[in-house]
Amino acid sequence: MSTDIAGSLESVTRVRGVRGAMVVSAEEGLVVAESSMEGIDGGAVAALTAGVVARLARATDGAGRSAPAFVHLRADAGAILAVPAPGDLLVVAVTDPEINVGLVRLELRHAAERLA
Amino acid sequence: MRVIEPWVAEPLQRFLAESSARVVLLTTASGQVVAQHGFTRALDVMSASALGAAIMASTEELGRLTASGASRSLSHQGSSRGLFLSAFDLPQGRWIGLVVYDRDSSLGLVRLFFDQLVAQLQQAAPTESPAREVLAADFENELNASLRSLFGR
Repeated sequence: MSTDIAGSLESVTRVRGVRGAMVVSAEEGLVVAESSMEGIDGGAVAALTAGVVARLARATDGAGRSAPAFVHLRADAGAILAVPAPGDLLVVAVTDPEINVGLVRLELRHAAERLA
Repeated sequence: MRVIEPWVAEPLQRFLAESSARVVLLTTASGQVVAQHGFTRALDVMSASALGAAIMASTEELGRLTASGASRSLSHQGSSRGLFLSAFDLPQGRWIGLVVYDRDSSLGLVRLFFDQLVAQLQQAAPTESPAREVLAADFENELNASLRSLFGR
């Protein structure tokens, strides 16, 4: 993993409640890089998150709107947050249920900008 | 979806629903067809099963030659469709899965759900029919019988 990508992901995982972060190829749904993903099936998260984001993008496109700039999936045991990045990538965070969503979103966007 | 072995049907149906794959072909390592979804012509199934078996045999040999270990799966991304090919072991012997997917799915999703399909097939596979050697004399008859079952001809 390159130092730049690693640094970007570490800034996301430093936020309280973030259990892991990864860079995912949006089209293929494969893990490009990951950080602090212990106990999480990174491959499954990457594939499913990319699938959901792709379907959301198609839905918004069908509605004549631009692709989502931020996706937040909430569940009882946690959440997944994703931000598109240049180069057909996604920056994804897996979090606990109670987190500062605004701060995680900010760090995800910073990470995405650093991938440009 | 058409299957030769009834215990393959449920796991394969689940895989199709979850992965959104367009075409799926399950064969033995020798190219004998076990199940298919998405093919409309027997000739296509025959060609795809033979090519899939040949590709897996070639990549496994290449892996041995280069000491990189036997290859278990490979993928090819076309402009609009992707191809995933993977070998896996069952009590019946080595099988090969060939999956074609488009933009409704992705390589990650196909890999994820294919691993689940293999685990479900390994659980569902009857153990009383162990692997047997396929003889050249039987191969064509068995292939034709499989295709008749799959296409009702």
